[in-house]
Amino acid sequence: MKIELPQVGESVTEGVIGRWLKNVGDKVEKYDPLVEVITDKVNMELPSPVEGVLREIIANEGDTVPMGGLIADIETKESENSPINSDTYSNLQEENIGTTGVLIKDAAPVGPTGSGGPISQDKPQPDPSIKDRPKSRYSPAVLRLAEENNIDLEQVVGTGINGRITRKDVTAFIESKPNTLESQTIVKETAASTPRQDQEKITLSPIRRMIAANMVKSATLIPQAWSEVAVDVTGMVLRRESIKESFMAKEGINITYLPFVVKAVAESLKKNPLLNSSWSEEGIILKKNINIGIAVAAPDGLVVPVIHNADLFSIAGLAGVMENLITKAKNGKLDLSEVQSGTFTLNNTGALGSVSSRPLVNHPQSAIMTTEAIVKRPIIAADAIAIRSMMNICLSFDHRVMDGAEASAFSMSVKNLLENINSETQIY
Amino acid sequence: MPVITVLEAIRDAMREEMRKDERVFVMGEDIGARGGVFLATDGFLSEFGEERVIDTPLAESSIAGIALGSAMSGLRPIAEIEFADFIWPTINQIVGEASKVRYGTEGKLQAPMVLRAPQGGGVRGALYHSQSVEALFAHTPGLKVVTPSTPYDAKGLLKASIRDDDPVIFLEHKRTYRLVKGEVPEEEYTIPIGKADIKKSGDDLSIITYGLMVHHCLEAAQLAASKNISVEVLDLRTVRPLDVESIIGTVEKTGKVLIVYEDNQALGIGSEVSALISEHAFEYLDAPVVRLGGPEVPAMPFSPPLENMFMIDTEKISTAINKLAEY
Repeated sequence: MKIELPQVGESVTEGVIGRWLKNVGDKVEKYDPLVEVITDKVNMELPSPVEGVLREIIANEGDTVPMGGLIADIETKESENSPINSDTYSNLQEENIGTTGVLIKDAAPVGPTGSGGPISQDKPQPDPSIKDRPKSRYSPAVLRLAEENNIDLEQVVGTGINGRITRKDVTAFIESKPNTLESQTIVKETAASTPRQDQEKITLSPIRRMIAANMVKSATLIPQAWSEVAVDVTGMVLRRESIKESFMAKEGINITYLPFVVKAVAESLKKNPLLNSSWSEEGIILKKNINIGIAVAAPDGLVVPVIHNADLFSIAGLAGVMENLITKAKNGKLDLSEVQSGTFTLNNTGALGSVSSRPLVNHPQSAIMTTEAIVKRPIIAADAIAIRSMMNICLSFDHRVMDGAEASAFSMSVKNLLENINSETQIY
Repeated sequence: MPVITVLEAIRDAMREEMRKDERVFVMGEDIGARGGVFLATDGFLSEFGEERVIDTPLAESSIAGIALGSAMSGLRPIAEIEFADFIWPTINQIVGEASKVRYGTEGKLQAPMVLRAPQGGGVRGALYHSQSVEALFAHTPGLKVVTPSTPYDAKGLLKASIRDDDPVIFLEHKRTYRLVKGEVPEEEYTIPIGKADIKKSGDDLSIITYGLMVHHCLEAAQLAASKNISVEVLDLRTVRPLDVESIIGTVEKTGKVLIVYEDNQALGIGSEVSALISEHAFEYLDAPVVRLGGPEVPAMPFSPPLENMFMIDTEKISTAINKLAEY
């Protein structure tokens, strides 16, 4: 039975084959994990739809396969029995052959001496050469551009089918490096003066490739503007401190600042729907649900689990949902539904120590916000110097969808909501 | 500028040329009293009289032969073949004779004739009212083959064809007759034969096409724009001679080419365009040159669902665009 890559989500069109969890010749039970599949939304283990023996791996690790594309061949009990056995053959001989004859599928070819070889079911072996398939060839246009501009194509990220490098990829690469010629010469000179190996290449994992392609999409398709707002979060810090222990005792989870921020973001998105939308040439599509993606650094790379309808949760509810999602993300156990349909992305870069960052909008969303590290700073409040807990929030947005006015209205709303958190703020 | 249909543009072109030049006359089946089966010559009989608006018998070979003879004798005939599907009896007169007049007489004689014919499918016309005939004529040096898509082009090109000193096969897609409207200036103009026209500019991929398909391609290009695929649409307008310079120009710009034509794909106009590209613009190609043409079926099916499958439409073009853009 030919195994196809199943349709795993309405907006997902292709997947990259990750590690095969079964080898050719292995016995496979129904629902056994067969292979890892990486899509632009999620990584998953594909369960075998049937019981049988893995006869052939058609799509190898790193291959991009469209939904519905063939990935493997599993020999099932039914297919083992399908060739006409001698019983049915003899029945046919007696009853049904007629003048047109029948095609006997399991007969061996007859050699020149009239003898046939032993009857055997040829198991097609995977072509060993497929494994180390050569790198895809470059088109004439790509080669010419690379030569004219002195570009090492190994450094260009391909966005074409199967990661092919297109003419556009090369021109984008040239534009991103205005001084290619100059830097190239410098590299050459240093290389000449220092004969030792001065660089090393890390092979791109499928997920690295996917992230790269998404980032190129964001950087090339979306004209992004950026702004930063300083927020006095002293009230939030105190409120969290006051409930930390009781929350842990009652709910069994640690309450972080993130649920407070998500709550404020969800409220602000409601008031500023343009931040919760997508650009299209026909018009701006406002999203009715507020589904906030949270960027999480998982061991293999960035993943963005989504809190669906974030505006409907209390701060405690958000804490629970997020604990669950982030744990799953770090263990690579997210379901597709848990990474789909995000309408806005939040990135807690402060956890990494950053105090200011410029995030890239998660295409096709229209905005992304970061929360930076909370730092105590002396500030002037009511003509006196006070020590307050300060946090920057940074917003990148699609300038086609909105202008600075709308973006700032959103940032200021988040700021005000966070600054108004006090000992009375409801957690449940 | 007034907005008129392709049919009105063709009628205006002929009327203006006939008023201007006494040598120009029209002939064909039902073109006089009836005004032509599509009314392309409506009102001509009363304005120009029977000597210049000639109803002929149902004999296409004679229509072409008489046109050729009168052209060689100094007149400028516009002969109408009622449907391109019935053009085959003219092959001997056109391919066998008209194309060779100038060459065979070392330029002493010429054949300034226009053979007009409505062609193309998508009109529920089945086997004998749907054919596309351009490739068969375009194969022959000595002929010019014009396939306009808009009222502006149709008028300017038909006037240029009437004034041209060589035989011109002027193929009008009958579905564009009343379906396609466009602005046409009141003042006098012609469009040179053999010049393609960029109907929409773009830089991700190029579509090279002509005739009715131009409009489907423009629609598909619009759809592609919403996916951030920028499509250039080059309308060949004339399929012989081909505008090699414009073809190469668009390939150098985008590196990806889709050639769309309703006529049979194999050995069609797109096959020649594809060959020219690989000969002259190989180094600019970023993807294989793709043709989207008619299927390997002898004629337009009678059944409407089958006709829909046969015809190239916006959806099929969109699919091809997406695939090529992805490459």
